[in-house]
Amino acid sequence: MNAVISFLTEPYGFWVLTVIKIVLLLVIVLTVNAYLTWFERKVVALMQSRVGPHRVGPHGLLQPAADGLKFLFKEDAMPDGVDKFVYLLAPFLALTLALASLAVIPFGPQPLPFKFFGHQIDLWITNPDIGLLVLFSITALGVYGVALAGWASNSKYPLLGGLRSSAQMVSYELSMTMSVVGVLLMANSFSLTDIISKQDSAKWGALSWNIFTFHGGFPQIVGFLCFFISAIAETNRVPFDLPEAEQELVAGFHTEYSSFKFAMFFIAEYTSMITVSSLCAILFFGGWNSPFPSAPIWNFTHYLPSVILLPFGLWVIFDGLKYETLFGKVVLPGVGTAIAALGAVLIAFPAVNNYIQGPFWLLSKIFFFLFFYVWARGTLPRFRYDQLMNIGWKLLVPVSIANVIFTAGFVLYRSPS
Amino acid sequence: MSPALLVFFVLAALAIIGALSLILQKHPIHSALSLIVVMVSLAGLYLLLGAEFVAAVQIIVYGGAIMVLFVFVIMLLNAGEEEHTDFSKLAKFGGLPLALALTGLLAAAMVHHAGSVPNPTNPDALARTSSISIMLFSTFVYPFELTSFLILVAIMGALVLAQREKS
Repeated sequence: MNAVISFLTEPYGFWVLTVIKIVLLLVIVLTVNAYLTWFERKVVALMQSRVGPHRVGPHGLLQPAADGLKFLFKEDAMPDGVDKFVYLLAPFLALTLALASLAVIPFGPQPLPFKFFGHQIDLWITNPDIGLLVLFSITALGVYGVALAGWASNSKYPLLGGLRSSAQMVSYELSMTMSVVGVLLMANSFSLTDIISKQDSAKWGALSWNIFTFHGGFPQIVGFLCFFISAIAETNRVPFDLPEAEQELVAGFHTEYSSFKFAMFFIAEYTSMITVSSLCAILFFGGWNSPFPSAPIWNFTHYLPSVILLPFGLWVIFDGLKYETLFGKVVLPGVGTAIAALGAVLIAFPAVNNYIQGPFWLLSKIFFFLFFYVWARGTLPRFRYDQLMNIGWKLLVPVSIANVIFTAGFVLYRSPS
Repeated sequence: MSPALLVFFVLAALAIIGALSLILQKHPIHSALSLIVVMVSLAGLYLLLGAEFVAAVQIIVYGGAIMVLFVFVIMLLNAGEEEHTDFSKLAKFGGLPLALALTGLLAAAMVHHAGSVPNPTNPDALARTSSISIMLFSTFVYPFELTSFLILVAIMGALVLAQREKS
């Protein structure tokens, strides 16, 4: 009776619970995706001394909804001479694989305090022993969405984009996989929850995370740099966005896609950004561990979520009242009240506050890395193709292999026998 | 029928359909896609046996790396549709009977031994990543290292072939 078979014979309650969790996660992630586009446009605009979206709703907050509607109502044109099956399969593949990878990401340490028909409600959809390998196998298949879209479009620019993307992703997958081996060696497990709990320390706080490892371990700062650079390349983002370089390839692999099929590629890209950010947070930055030591003297830091939420909620209320529109006058103050009330509740109920510490820190770290993605996009120019290949094969692969050798040597030296 | 058996039949059917489609498709890209379906279904079958690590590696190495290279080469060469030809005489009179004979032999063997196939004694211990690594670096260390050497030789051969002659 292995894990997979016992999983197949779980009672119905387990399946219902899992489906509910999946639907919830999808709704949340798709909303976050939509507002990530808004966030990206706003931040890049600020970096370039522009205003960014500001027409649709206060601060352009309704822009994502308008964009979504636009995607739905645009004509869904299919060019002549495409390979129909593959043309339709490609966006579907890209989106499904991107969303599937979220299933193994754990969002918090403790299960919810109540049960669902006798089933414990963990803050993850599944937590397999080979969590990281599952993620890598999904990433490995993710190339096909882009490559096949480029090929099936029967057009030269998409084909070039697809070719570039498959060459790039094969090259960077190697260094991405190699760069996490150090973390795996120290955690002695593929399970993401095990990797996080290995980075917990009552004394050192943030210094015990895998990039520093003051509590005994080989610092993985080099591994992290290799991982993050390769991961940006794997998600086809600036400065590695050669598969969709506007100046050369129109829009690269998705030139011939319109309407919602284009949106599917878009959602897939942003979802994989979220996955990569969570992985960075989990593998190298302590996951849900607080940057402050867990000793009781540091308990006052538990009020940090409230300290952020309360003023932010109040600001949203007063900002909303400035507007004449319904959205400004009613919705924004309502949302602000909810945020401020959440902050107040966290102060009033220490049990709830303790519970949300883990998710709060993990989400903050994920948010930081998402910001980093946008930051890179706002500042860095695109690499040339030969530079891209040189960085991948001549810099990242050797450096990450060296990191593996040094970490392995350290772990061997420290091991008891 | 137990759920595990049901999943087995679904995956097995997918693998067989993928394999048939691999041969029958006219376009190389479609054949490559069918082969990916076969690889992924096989990974599912490994998972059903409890071999999690092998399943993941099957997808990463075969489904991902190797098949991406196939697709890449097909796209790069822009290979068009193939023409299906009639059976050659050799295939018709030599190959077909031999294939049928092999199928019959395998089927007969399976039916004959259906009841006496032993179950794996300790699959969980073998499925764990650590036990696979210990096996690779102790019992099978020479074959393992020799295989790596073989791959190195192949890479060097490819380099020699790809290098332009100095003029």
